Amino acid sequence: MSVGKRIELKGIPVSPGIVIGKAHLVDRSKIKVPLRKIDKKDVPYEIERFKKAVEIAKKQLSELKNKLPDRLKEHAFILDSHMMILNDSMLYDATINRIKEKEINAEWALKESFEEIKNLFSQIEDAYISERINDVENVVQRILRNLMGHTENEISEIGEKSIIVAQDLSPADTASLDTKKVMGFITDGGGSTSHTAILARALKLPAVMGLCHATKQIEDGNILIVDGDTGKIIVNPDDEDILYYTEKKDQRERLRSSVLKEANKPAITLDGYRIRVMANTEFLNEVYALKELGAEGIGLYRTEFQYLSHSGIPTEEELFEDYKKAAEIMSPDPVIIRTLDIGGDKFKGEFAKINETNPALGLRAIRFCLKNIDIFRSQLKAILMASAYGNVKIMLPLISSVDEVLETKKIIEDIKKELDKKKISYNPKTEIGIILEVPSSVMIADLLAWFADFFSIGTNDLIQYTLAIDRTNKEVAYLYDPFHPSIIRMIREVIRIGQEHKIPVSICGEMAGDPLCVPLLIALGMRQLSMNSRAIPFIKKLIRSISVKELKKDIEKIFKLSTSEEIRSYMLARMKELFPEIDIIGDYFYMQEQRQ
Amino acid sequence: MEVKKKLRVKNELGLHARSAAMIVDLAKKHNAKLYFKKGDQVIEGDSILSLLTLACPKGTELEVKAVGEDAQDLMDKLTALFERGFGELS
Repeated sequence: MSVGKRIELKGIPVSPGIVIGKAHLVDRSKIKVPLRKIDKKDVPYEIERFKKAVEIAKKQLSELKNKLPDRLKEHAFILDSHMMILNDSMLYDATINRIKEKEINAEWALKESFEEIKNLFSQIEDAYISERINDVENVVQRILRNLMGHTENEISEIGEKSIIVAQDLSPADTASLDTKKVMGFITDGGGSTSHTAILARALKLPAVMGLCHATKQIEDGNILIVDGDTGKIIVNPDDEDILYYTEKKDQRERLRSSVLKEANKPAITLDGYRIRVMANTEFLNEVYALKELGAEGIGLYRTEFQYLSHSGIPTEEELFEDYKKAAEIMSPDPVIIRTLDIGGDKFKGEFAKINETNPALGLRAIRFCLKNIDIFRSQLKAILMASAYGNVKIMLPLISSVDEVLETKKIIEDIKKELDKKKISYNPKTEIGIILEVPSSVMIADLLAWFADFFSIGTNDLIQYTLAIDRTNKEVAYLYDPFHPSIIRMIREVIRIGQEHKIPVSICGEMAGDPLCVPLLIALGMRQLSMNSRAIPFIKKLIRSISVKELKKDIEKIFKLSTSEEIRSYMLARMKELFPEIDIIGDYFYMQEQRQ
Repeated sequence: MEVKKKLRVKNELGLHARSAAMIVDLAKKHNAKLYFKKGDQVIEGDSILSLLTLACPKGTELEVKAVGEDAQDLMDKLTALFERGFGELS
């Protein structure tokens, strides 16, 4: 074992986890490209050579795609996009034209085409899009290797378990790593939004990128500690380092597995309050997985998908089949179906003509439905019919007045009569709830309570409408804040009214899955949460380690704080005391593979 | 047949590799030619690199044109992709 100087390096953590092992240096340096003038008569040959190299590259990528392990299948698009780049006219046709016009070798022609594309990418302001030049470069390097007869030095051919150290790894390299041997990897280039990073997370391989000179500072066989949570690398660690990281690693792994193992147990606070933790979803094929993650029902079943994916409006029968299946799978737990929450601009034909300057305040959701009774009726009917097969509830979005609820209830009564007449079974007591997401609905929650079987607070829209912030507008998005004192006051008021009128209140916005918001919500009296399914096991664990009685004392203090920032820091400090694991494991559930 | 429409990029990440690949895939499955216009720049919808270099972050409005016998079908499916935020909306 080589004993060298202890060095610490800092890079960008792209995939969580800690590994301790031997360095295996991989040569992924860029190929030096020669320039050669060729004779006019050799042009066809040169073009043929280029075409062949591309053909081989395509074969290599498609073979790789076919061999892709199951857990990478959902990322197969990365390889698809590389195959598309191979034949893209900006690369392929441009290179062939260059060979023809300039009478130069294929390698140089390809290099020039790449430089031109690179120049175009460098003018893109959006960092995320401009970074895709890396994918183009990976593809170009592959073609170059094929052109110059470099055999791919397969990373999969490593002898013993080790940590890969490379200048760069292409997504294709990463996808072909042998995870039995490769413990993790670190690279000089790249960042957390690269496709390589996405694949590392999918493979659950700890990885740190953007280290700049790691390949020069690390020698083959050096012992390395890679901390994928913080981006820290220790080369030639001492005994103390090894002890510290071994312990940290164990702690994490114990916690992670216990969180997942306990996912199906109920979430009960230390002082005995049972919290129902449900999932937000929109796809039927996701529903099975929800149960495994410990979801006790679907607190928000989004229904827009079927309307958007069909070329027309789905039939009653199609909707019924979908709702029925979801109800059956989740039974006896509830499936709370939100009625159509989109505007006419989403439909083809006659509706598409509606031109709104401000769609968020326009004809959408319940407003659209009440203007297009046929569409609404067919959905409500499908939901009622599905109610015979499980615990189905109806939830109305964007309610801003009592009239909308009354009008909807009239339609539902009408449908019930029709179903009775046709002797079609349904649950006559199907609950009808209201999503409180417009400030006016919160202000009149006491009036709405007379006509609702339950309330669900849709915090995403409620925050937008209350703070007058368009979340999609980069200039003001930073003002969007669930800890705004107005928001927690509104939530407190809705819970109070719910208790007074004895109707359950739940929450279905992103706040419900936020580890800093959840304790606050529970202390305010919230007993039902519906969130992104991935957050469920972790949130359940968090709930089991807090006490409502204790947190109530915090509430008094929190309501005296006057800014979002104060409230957030208060909650963060408090949660670090109550649930120190928030640091250790949070990122595992929250580091989502959104960036692709 | 020619179909024109304005579409807005709604997904958080804009037109990046996955979304652009979905568009190219769709375009290649149709006979109709697909064009995107942003400002005064016009590109063809079957080139992933052109789509990427058109640089369309979230919120970008694009004028889209499909020309060919199955243009309507292409446009309908494309619209659904955009509306669905390419399956990325939370």
